[in-house]
Amino acid sequence: MSKTLVEKIWDAHVVKSEVGFPDILYIDTHLIHEVTSPQAFDGLRKRGLPVFRPQQTVATADHNVPTLNQLQPIKEELSRYQVDMLTKNCAEFGIELYGLGHPFQGIVHVIGPELGITLPGKTMVCGDSHTSTHGAFGAIAFGIGTSQVEQVFATQCLLQQKPKTMKIEVNGALGQGVTAKDIILYIISKISAAGGTGYFIEYAGSTIEALSMEARMTICNMSIEMGARGGLIAPDQITFDYIKGREFAPAGEEWDKSLAYWKTLYSDADATFDSVLTFDAADISPMITYGTNPGMGMGIAEHIPSTASQVASEQASFQKALDYMGIEQDTELVGKAIDYVFIGSCTNSRMEDLREVAEFVKGRQKAENVTVWIVPGSKQIEQQAIAEGLDKIFEAAGFQLREPGCSACLGMNEDKIPAGKYCVSTSNRNFEGRQGPDSRTFLASPLTAAAAAITGRVTDVRTLLNEPAHA
Amino acid sequence: MKKFEKLTSAIVPLNIENIDTDQIIPARFLKATTREGFGENLFRDWRYNGDNTLKTDFVLNNPAFKGRILVAGKNFGCGSSREHAAWAIQDAGFDVVISSFFADIFKGNALNNGLLPIQVSDEFLAEIFSTVGKDNSAQLDVDLETQTVTNVVTGSKTDFEINPYKKSCLINGYDDIDFILNQKQLVEEFEQNR
Ligand code: SF4
Repeated sequence: MSKTLVEKIWDAHVVKSEVGFPDILYIDTHLIHEVTSPQAFDGLRKRGLPVFRPQQTVATADHNVPTLNQLQPIKEELSRYQVDMLTKNCAEFGIELYGLGHPFQGIVHVIGPELGITLPGKTMVCGDSHTSTHGAFGAIAFGIGTSQVEQVFATQCLLQQKPKTMKIEVNGALGQGVTAKDIILYIISKISAAGGTGYFIEYAGSTIEALSMEARMTICNMSIEMGARGGLIAPDQITFDYIKGREFAPAGEEWDKSLAYWKTLYSDADATFDSVLTFDAADISPMITYGTNPGMGMGIAEHIPSTASQVASEQASFQKALDYMGIEQDTELVGKAIDYVFIGSCTNSRMEDLREVAEFVKGRQKAENVTVWIVPGSKQIEQQAIAEGLDKIFEAAGFQLREPGCSACLGMNEDKIPAGKYCVSTSNRNFEGRQGPDSRTFLASPLTAAAAAITGRVTDVRTLLNEPAHA
Repeated sequence: MKKFEKLTSAIVPLNIENIDTDQIIPARFLKATTREGFGENLFRDWRYNGDNTLKTDFVLNNPAFKGRILVAGKNFGCGSSREHAAWAIQDAGFDVVISSFFADIFKGNALNNGLLPIQVSDEFLAEIFSTVGKDNSAQLDVDLETQTVTNVVTGSKTDFEINPYKKSCLINGYDDIDFILNQKQLVEEFEQNR
């Protein structure tokens, strides 16, 4: 019987399927971090249970960590306590921890792929909604709540309803200045922040197939921003080449065996999806969000929609979002003065993002009124950036290269955008207060963020790409 | 987990769509390592001004509205997977959340904690908002056994869906971990046969 990729992986992990009950789904890899795990460890203690398969669990500290002087004791007491708890819990339950100071430390969704832990055909979960990132390798990966973290600790399984499947095809060549981030912001703006609810999304089509692994991760990362459980892309030669030789990737005979299996991981030609959407890459321009959910995005040269053009029941929420952002309907965003630029988060903090930004800013200077933070996704990326001399380029441009963590993506550490200030951010959420109380976020690609850093205003990066940088 | 059967209660109306988990409980309050106490910071930035004084125009600060049922606009609970959102709502004294649409992860988290998310039609939701708009002590009657919600003032009644397994968990007060642990042998067999 023909199957979609999601069905193939799902069916290979069902321990038990019974009518009237959710499936018992086996989980290959469980990633954990300091914020959503302590209550789950506590639950285990209360039940008197061990972690069932500690070798299939990997921990890092990312959400709460400082991005300056990371190896000094953390100043903020509660953050320090949470990170210390993780260290203590991992030691007690026998879990490998890549904590502060470890060469593998970083944002949980950046280090999984980078270390060869994320592999095609796996089931992976983490107490963080952007676990969908790992789907870029052709894995079923999704975010879970803390009760479920406890469930996976205790049983290495989850009770799950089989999700509906959606295919999103994007075909054709991308225009100048258009990146993976723009593709996904475009899709979300078309189908809305709830348009994928209940689905697992498979991204396909010639545009997606041409993307690098890092770009694919950016796409899958934001699946959750349309409400989807997860997103994935069938593995191909680009995937295999990326994995080969990584720290924990299979090697030797194991590699050959794995590769043979991975090559069976695609949706059969006649498999049926519950929903299919198709987009044309030529319609996508550099994107920016103007509102307070990721669905409120537009091509950067467009005008903010009018409140009257929204469905009647949504007009009040729409206007509330514009008021929060301090912007007017029917106006354009290009030229709007901004205060901060944040280049980081599990959406856009990988080597390619940093290289792209460095190449663009080389010989340019940031605008005086803007603070620019570049927060690499992992220690390895930070080291690589320094090895390639990107730190010098950033420094010359007035950009601060900091140490790895989630940082201003969610403002749990000190990296907060002050009230009322505008930030062009490469992260994934523009919710009210996400980057700090009363902060205002415009989501965009690293290139568009870099352009805003240079001009101090929301800028169509295409106008700068054609202009030589001055040394 | 505590058991849930029936509830008749007044309503706290929050007629806003797309309420995300960062509004329900902002990230900076996620630093606790226990499940208790999050209710204090439920909707923190909507309840308090920057100087920590209460925003008197926000419904949760209005003593005229109290009850164990939170009623909110479409796409409630979108955003992050933080279960703290469900804990905060429960800790603030709610047993039921009603909306015309819930984000997936929130719904799962709520059910795993015995907080009942009920999805109703846009029309039924609009009627609740209008009823409570006229009378802030208006009540709803929630019956999990028959899977119905009744607007006590107007008499309108609607069915709601819930996974039968989850329903039995709520009614009996047991959870997924108990369920899987009972079948641990199957898990071990699965591991051996791969
Ligand atoms: S970078 Fe942001 S979205 Fe990604 S894991 Fe950290 S907090 Fe979550």
